[in-house]
Amino acid sequence: MNAPAQPIHFHRPNVPVADLVQDDKVHTSLYNDAAIFDDEMEKIFRNTWVWVAHVSEVPDVGSYKTHWVGKEPVIVVRDRKKQVRVLLNRCRHRAATVCEHKKGKANTFVCPYHGWSYALDGSLRGVPHPESYGDILDKAELPLVNLRVEEYAGMIFATFKDDIEPLADYLGPAKKWMDLFMKQGGGFPIKVGGEHRFRFPGNWKIQLENTTDAYHFPLVHRSFLHSVDKQTEEMLDFVTGKGFVEDLGNGHSVMVMIPELIDLEADLDKPIPTKYEELAQQLRDEGHDEAKVRKIVRAVGGSGFNLNLFPNIACSMAFFRVLQPVSVDETEIHHSVILMDGGPAEGNRARLRMHEHFQGPMGFGTPDDSEAWERVQAGARAGRDLWVLLNRGLPLEKKTDDGVAGDVSAETGMRAAYRQWKKMMTAA
Amino acid sequence: MNIELLNRAAAFIWAESDMLDHTEYDDWLKLWAPDGVYVIPIDPTETDFENTLNYAYDDSHMREKRVARLVGGEAISSAPVARTVRSVSRLRLLAEDAQLVTVRCAQDLREFRKDRFRQHTSDVTYELLREGDSFRIKRKIVQLINSTDTLTAVGYIL
Repeated sequence: MNAPAQPIHFHRPNVPVADLVQDDKVHTSLYNDAAIFDDEMEKIFRNTWVWVAHVSEVPDVGSYKTHWVGKEPVIVVRDRKKQVRVLLNRCRHRAATVCEHKKGKANTFVCPYHGWSYALDGSLRGVPHPESYGDILDKAELPLVNLRVEEYAGMIFATFKDDIEPLADYLGPAKKWMDLFMKQGGGFPIKVGGEHRFRFPGNWKIQLENTTDAYHFPLVHRSFLHSVDKQTEEMLDFVTGKGFVEDLGNGHSVMVMIPELIDLEADLDKPIPTKYEELAQQLRDEGHDEAKVRKIVRAVGGSGFNLNLFPNIACSMAFFRVLQPVSVDETEIHHSVILMDGGPAEGNRARLRMHEHFQGPMGFGTPDDSEAWERVQAGARAGRDLWVLLNRGLPLEKKTDDGVAGDVSAETGMRAAYRQWKKMMTAA
Repeated sequence: MNIELLNRAAAFIWAESDMLDHTEYDDWLKLWAPDGVYVIPIDPTETDFENTLNYAYDDSHMREKRVARLVGGEAISSAPVARTVRSVSRLRLLAEDAQLVTVRCAQDLREFRKDRFRQHTSDVTYELLREGDSFRIKRKIVQLINSTDTLTAVGYIL
């Protein structure tokens, strides 16, 4: 309803896909060619590790959430042996979805159409009135389809590709950044506390780029920056700062905006920022000792970096950004709030209010991002021979132990993502 | 039923709606009790808004900031601003005592911005503090009927 009434889908020039991505630019058709989008769903989203959940979203036996891998609906559920399963949400009889809730708790999944019922591990348990099948129906052959599942640092990924490399290898140097990110529990395990779901009329890669784009922040988020305290505004004035963007391989990258907030368990003796003094005092009044207060307060604003994991998840300062392609020119974003599981309510309230302040359809940040992304998609209708530039920061890039790094507003992270995109889209 | 009280509440709520549709935000801010809270929840069954994630949970400071953002001209999602017309009806007195009057109503809001026409339909609950013949808003809870779905930017006050 909200997309342009007659979207214009350009078709790519008559050149191989490999030529559409160069080291310093990508062709406009990557945003608006429907055939390329279909290829992406096949060659990328069915061929790599795709994030589906954080462990806190499926804490108990029977806890589940529904999600997607690419465009295919799945159920993420913890089975009776406490193993996380990712099941295609499709009855093996006549294809109806067996679960329509976003999250919940279940003992079985029962198809509403003819009543076929499945256990939490996907196995087919019950078929009403089986006599009509005689001996031609082997229930063991008709479970809900299980995807391969692995997790790291509480992040659950699934894949259609059975012979893919282990998740840990795919993540590579990104793993240490995931470990650092999870320290924002301030001594408590982290927990997803709900999310803002949001759509914009634009290609998914526009959002992928944005998570590693420091360059836009002072301009697009000027209104947000004018709504925060002076100390926060200065902290977020990072475009000319000492931060960096590092290509971590396999399309992953990290953008460090606030180097002082890389390790939230370090520098605990530094002065507490003015904006958190009240929270610190509340925590002290509740009887928490000074060490614990400092740990919580240092972590409460989140990490000083965005970790972009190709293709669909980012650990972004104080939240998870989940990216869900809908069509070539429509994308759904979930911004999940991160809380301290079992942590003090004051601290969690601070995190909730911070999330509401920036994120979501009524936040002071997301709507302006969304407007910018929508404008990219609209502008990309013009100039079918033109390219999207990704060369910012190239001359200053340096080799690192894990890859290459540029300054904080370099487009190094976007180049990393498109290199992986090209590798996967051109694989035999 | 206390028709006289319902009429006074309706007059107050309609005036508030009219202020928002006509961007009279300074007057709107004055309608609030100092500790009043403006809430747009996500989960329709939630009642503990303070300890859960909402689309908005504005105390007086955040309301002032929200207004400043809408009129400041720096937010590209509010330039141009959306034009809105909201119809408020189906008002019902849920509770009343010497201090507080609780009214629930239906709000059907139409929005036009750039080239798009959108609709936002909500149940709105007002907790109104009695003040002479009129009221101050203690809580305004806007429950969008599609709050659990994916939304798009709302560049105004619901």
